[in-house]
Amino acid sequence: MAGIVGYGAYAPRYRIKVEEISKVWGTDAESYKRGLQLKEKSVPAPDQDTITMSVEAAKNALRRARIDPKKIGAVYIGSESHPYAVKPSGTVVGEAIGATPDVHCADFEFACKAGSEAMFVALGLVEAGKMEYALAIGADTSQGAPSDALEYSTAAGAAAFIFGKTGVIAEVTHTFSYMTDTPDFWRREYMHYPRHAGRFTGEPAYFRHIMGAARAIMDMAGKKPQDFAHVVFHQPNGKFPSTVGKMLGFKPEQIEVGLLCPRLGNTYSGSSPMGLTAILDVAKPGQEILMVSYGSGAGSDAFIYRVTDLITKVQDLAPKTVDYLDKNKVYIDYGTYAKFRRKIRMGE
Amino acid sequence: MSTSARYWREIPQRYRLEAGQCEKCGAIWFPPRLVCKQCGNRSFKTIRLPEEGVVKTFTVIRVPPTDFADQTPYAIGVVELSNGVAVQCQIGDCSPDELKTGMPVRIEFRKVKEEGEAGIICYGYKAVPQR
Amino acid sequence: MRDVAVIGIGMMKWGELWEKSLRTIFVEAALKAIDDAGVDHIDSMYVGCMSSGLFVGQEHLGALLADYLGVAPIPAVRVESACASGGAAFRQGFIEVASGMSEIVLVGGVEKMTDVTGGGATFALSTAADQEYEVYNGVTFPGLYAMMARAHMERYGTTRKQIAQVAVKNHENGCKNPHAQYQMKVTVDQVINSVMVADPLTILDCSPITDGAAAVVLCPLELAKKIAKKPIVKVAGSAAATDSIAIHQRKDITHLAAAEQAAKMAYKMANVGPSDIDLAEVHDCFTIAEICAIEALGFVERGKGGAATEAGETALGGRIPINTSGGLKSKGHPVGATGVAQICEIVTQLRNDAGERQVKGAKRGLAQNMGGTCASCTVHILEVV
Repeated sequence: MAGIVGYGAYAPRYRIKVEEISKVWGTDAESYKRGLQLKEKSVPAPDQDTITMSVEAAKNALRRARIDPKKIGAVYIGSESHPYAVKPSGTVVGEAIGATPDVHCADFEFACKAGSEAMFVALGLVEAGKMEYALAIGADTSQGAPSDALEYSTAAGAAAFIFGKTGVIAEVTHTFSYMTDTPDFWRREYMHYPRHAGRFTGEPAYFRHIMGAARAIMDMAGKKPQDFAHVVFHQPNGKFPSTVGKMLGFKPEQIEVGLLCPRLGNTYSGSSPMGLTAILDVAKPGQEILMVSYGSGAGSDAFIYRVTDLITKVQDLAPKTVDYLDKNKVYIDYGTYAKFRRKIRMGE
Repeated sequence: MSTSARYWREIPQRYRLEAGQCEKCGAIWFPPRLVCKQCGNRSFKTIRLPEEGVVKTFTVIRVPPTDFADQTPYAIGVVELSNGVAVQCQIGDCSPDELKTGMPVRIEFRKVKEEGEAGIICYGYKAVPQR
Repeated sequence: MRDVAVIGIGMMKWGELWEKSLRTIFVEAALKAIDDAGVDHIDSMYVGCMSSGLFVGQEHLGALLADYLGVAPIPAVRVESACASGGAAFRQGFIEVASGMSEIVLVGGVEKMTDVTGGGATFALSTAADQEYEVYNGVTFPGLYAMMARAHMERYGTTRKQIAQVAVKNHENGCKNPHAQYQMKVTVDQVINSVMVADPLTILDCSPITDGAAAVVLCPLELAKKIAKKPIVKVAGSAAATDSIAIHQRKDITHLAAAEQAAKMAYKMANVGPSDIDLAEVHDCFTIAEICAIEALGFVERGKGGAATEAGETALGGRIPINTSGGLKSKGHPVGATGVAQICEIVTQLRNDAGERQVKGAKRGLAQNMGGTCASCTVHILEVV
């Protein structure tokens, strides 16, 4: 059975606290922290972007997979902050890891589920026998408009997965995809920042699609919430995943390991994928994991993973997700944040 | 300034740290050369440099070239990699007071610059502190 | 190879010469040298210039300047070796006379740096370093020398104050040189506390952006004895050498190996040693460069350049006066002209014509001119006859 052969995460060192952002815009930090269940978010350095983070995450995945990169048949990057509008992120990542030139490449986009889409397709090609291995990455360095609610949570991070049929550490037993046209959050061409429809982004959008996909996949697989050791949902803030988990019948302990948002922020296309890498870092053989992504516009991809005995051999081969989250953090102030995120107009 | 061709030509070095090892005397050249400076031999095999090293010397650039203006200040150093080969690169993720000769670093793939708002994005290797 | 003499020199006031174009400043300096030599014709010409193409969009300087100097159809060509272009041009002129190919050769150096913005000048200068493996990362020349400075400080205990003292000394000398761009003194504190350019070097550790030209006339020694109107200075030693262009590929980044090599060859040719030299013009593009240069030239022990400077050994009245002209630091550094101006200063001193900054009884001087971080270096030794 096909599944994950190697995985890796990456997040930048820099963090900004909710208090720092609140200070500048005159909002009440405590109420934002409570409402969003979030205390700080990651900030990419000026020399980091979706491509650079994807390369590092991919290298970690290769360290765990221990395969010759030339055997990778496809490189797919899902993001809503690809550095080029026309020129795929995947070509640079493919070159950097040494997978070129005999490789298929495409960039994916679907708001925050671009990463899980890449995973969905990479897995499918391996299952179909079209290639031995396929690499899928979800990564973002998204921007939140200054003073908008999203500014507190838009963060940066990447998660990479190599799918294959041999040396599988987590089989993918079921997948499901659920999609409708729902304009909850979007960005028009040439606009700098995305727009969202306020409270409409809740029930008709996030909740409807996650629950639609989760219920369908559990029906299809004949599973109940208690069958899963871990569950990870898309994490736009710390609150939504806990709420949807409860609504679906999961317990907080099942959500805990994969819930990174409170101290990482929303890494958009990296969101549920990084939650998954954090789970894989501590998962035990035989455990089952449910992952349900969400991308505005809107849709959800759901996956059920079953961890194999091989997982214990690879967990320590590369830095763990929490190593990136919790070690060597550097806190910056709003001015540095604005400079890093290029919100300051420079001379022409 | 890097035109497309000039940038693309150095990709094996900038993205993958590919170097040339002299097949006669074993000396390693980064970037690869046509003639071994040590023994005059002209045949080489391609190897990749290791990604761990140590800072030998450094500075912090405060008056930058025009295309690096928005990155200022930034550190540049000479890094000796674990196989003895030295490279020169920016040292990132590090405040000026953390910089020390002898500090262990690892190589990460980073953006080096952009050719203005509409030109290509140039990537390459930088050193970050190893922890 | 016959002996060669310098029979004419031409220097002018250096600085931001807004009203003068590249061709004007070159011709002015060249005419001064020709008048000083008292010759009525020249046979061949070499022009030292690093980057007229990038600074003023003009290549083909040999032809242009021979035309404007009114000496066409003589052969004329530009010589380039980054900041050692002047010294390299002088070496070519010397070889042409020494070989018997020509009798009277004019060597001029020129650079017009203020027709571009500061950013444009920085870019042009950066072409002296390794474009793809040094400059690509955003390093600047102050940055490269700053790394050399840090390594020198950590290896030998050279202090920030010692390094700053080079600037203090050279500015003091520059005040005695009417041609120098800067006529002001500086203190160690001022140097250390001025604007940081690349840690640990500040703006006062760096030579400036300058417009300027300098020229000399060479001829066989035998001819000089017949026609020279001033004390005759002969070229006793001429050498050049190269080193890895990227500093990280050198065995020892605190050591100017090309300078040591060129000096060794020049001393051998002149049959003298460092202690026989009465004064030297060295390439202080940055304060630390002078410290490294005096070590490479054998005037002080390796690692002791800072201490020697602090102790006054290289001051005007010291054991081995260095940069009596004010050096690049206060005289200015119109890149291609520097090497030729160094020769002008040595000749002036050997002719006993240096006024306030005269080194008493100077008989033999050395000029060291280097390109970039000393990936190329010329060394010339001149003696009064």
